[in-house]
Amino acid sequence: MVSGPSSLPTRARRLPTAVKIVIAGGFGVGKTTMVGTVSETKPLRTEEILTDESVGVDDISGVEKKKTTTVAMDFGRITMRDEYVLYLFGTPGQERFWFMWDEVALGALGAIVLADTRRLSDCFPSVDYFERRGTPFIVAVNCFQGARQYDLAEIQLALNLGPAVPVMLCDARSLDSCKQVLIDLVLHAMKTRGLAPNQEEPQNA
Amino acid sequence: MMPPEEPGHDRWQDDADPVQDRWHDEHSGPMVRPYVMTSGRIEPTRGKFDLITLVVSVGAEPDGAVGLGPEHVAIARLCQSVMSVAELTGHLNLPIATVRVLLGDLLDQGFISMQEPEPEADMHDIRLYKAVIDGLRAL
Ligand SMILES: Nc1nc2c(ncn2[C@@H]2O[C@H](COP(=O)(O)OP(=O)(O)OP(=O)(O)O)[C@@H](O)[C@H]2O)c(=O)[nH]1
Ligand SMILES: [Mg+2]
Repeated sequence: MVSGPSSLPTRARRLPTAVKIVIAGGFGVGKTTMVGTVSETKPLRTEEILTDESVGVDDISGVEKKKTTTVAMDFGRITMRDEYVLYLFGTPGQERFWFMWDEVALGALGAIVLADTRRLSDCFPSVDYFERRGTPFIVAVNCFQGARQYDLAEIQLALNLGPAVPVMLCDARSLDSCKQVLIDLVLHAMKTRGLAPNQEEPQNA
Repeated sequence: MMPPEEPGHDRWQDDADPVQDRWHDEHSGPMVRPYVMTSGRIEPTRGKFDLITLVVSVGAEPDGAVGLGPEHVAIARLCQSVMSVAELTGHLNLPIATVRVLLGDLLDQGFISMQEPEPEADMHDIRLYKAVIDGLRAL
C-alpha cells in the first residue's frame, strides 16, 4: 500500500511506490534486449559479489572451487502516473544463483519467461521456478531467424504448462511487441490474484 | 514507427556516471574498497533496502558528518532525485550489500527518507495494476 508518511517528520515529499517485473529465460534469449527496449533510462547493471557461503555448497559442487563470483542483473525503469515506478529486472543467466532470483522475485508483480523455440528446454528452470514460487508469469516466445515456426498450443504442450498460463509470440527488439507482452502479463497477474481488469476503483480509496 | 534495430537508444541522455570511476583506481580492486567503506560491516544497521526501495535525500548534505565518508555523500547526491537501491548500485558500481550498509548509515542519521515496495501479500490494489497498464500503453 502507498501508506502515508510514517515516522519521518522531515519527509520532504511523498515518494512513489516501486513495482517490479522479472524477465527470465535461458542464456542469450533476449532478456537484456527486452529490458533495453522498454526502459526510459539507459539500462543499468547491478552486481552482487557472492562467496561460497551465499551460493551454497551443493550448488557449486560441480563447479571449480572459487572464493567469489560476481552475478549481474540488468534492469530498466519506466515511470508511471499515480506515483508508481516500474522496474524491469533481467535475471542472471545461470540458474544456480537462486538466492539472487529469490531476491528479485520477492514482491514482483509478475514474470515474463522468454523462450527460444530452437532451445525450448532452456526455459524449463525458469518455468519451474515461478510455478513453485507462485509468481504469476507468462511465456513469451522470441521469434529468432531460422527458427521453425511452432504453433503456440504446441509450445504450451511441450512446456507442460497449465492452460491458465498464457503463451505468446514476441520480438524483444520491438517496443510494440514488448509493450503487448508486458500488458498481457499485468492482466494475467490481476486475474491470478482475483482482480477483474474492468473492476471499478474502490470508492473509499 | 520505430526501427526494429537499436530501439530508441537516442532517448537516453548520456548520463556518464561521474562517481563511478573513483572506485576503480589501480591501487585497490573493487573488492577491497567496499569492505573498507563499510568498515567491514555486511548488514545495514537500519532498514532492509529491497532492490526497489525508493530513496530520496532530505535536509542537508552529509558532508563532514560524523562517521560518513565520500561514498555516503555520493549516495546523498544521487538521491537528490528519487532513486531505487538497484539504481544506486548501478550508478556507483558498488555491490548491493555495500550500498545497503551505506544507506543504513544515512537513514540512521536522518539524511535520507525511503519508501519500501508493496509486500507481495499486498498486491491486491487494483489502482496499481491500472496505473501500470496505462503507463505501458503510453510508452
Ligand atoms: N530475431 C531476434 N533476435 C533477438 C530477439 N531478442 C534478442 N535478440 C538477439 O539475441 C541476442 C541475445 O540477446 P540478449 O538480450 O543479449 O539475451 P540475454 O537473454 O540477455 O542473454 P544473456 O544475458 O547472455 O543470458 C542479441 O544479439 C539480440 O539482438 C528477438 O526477439 N528476435
Ligand atoms: Mg543479458
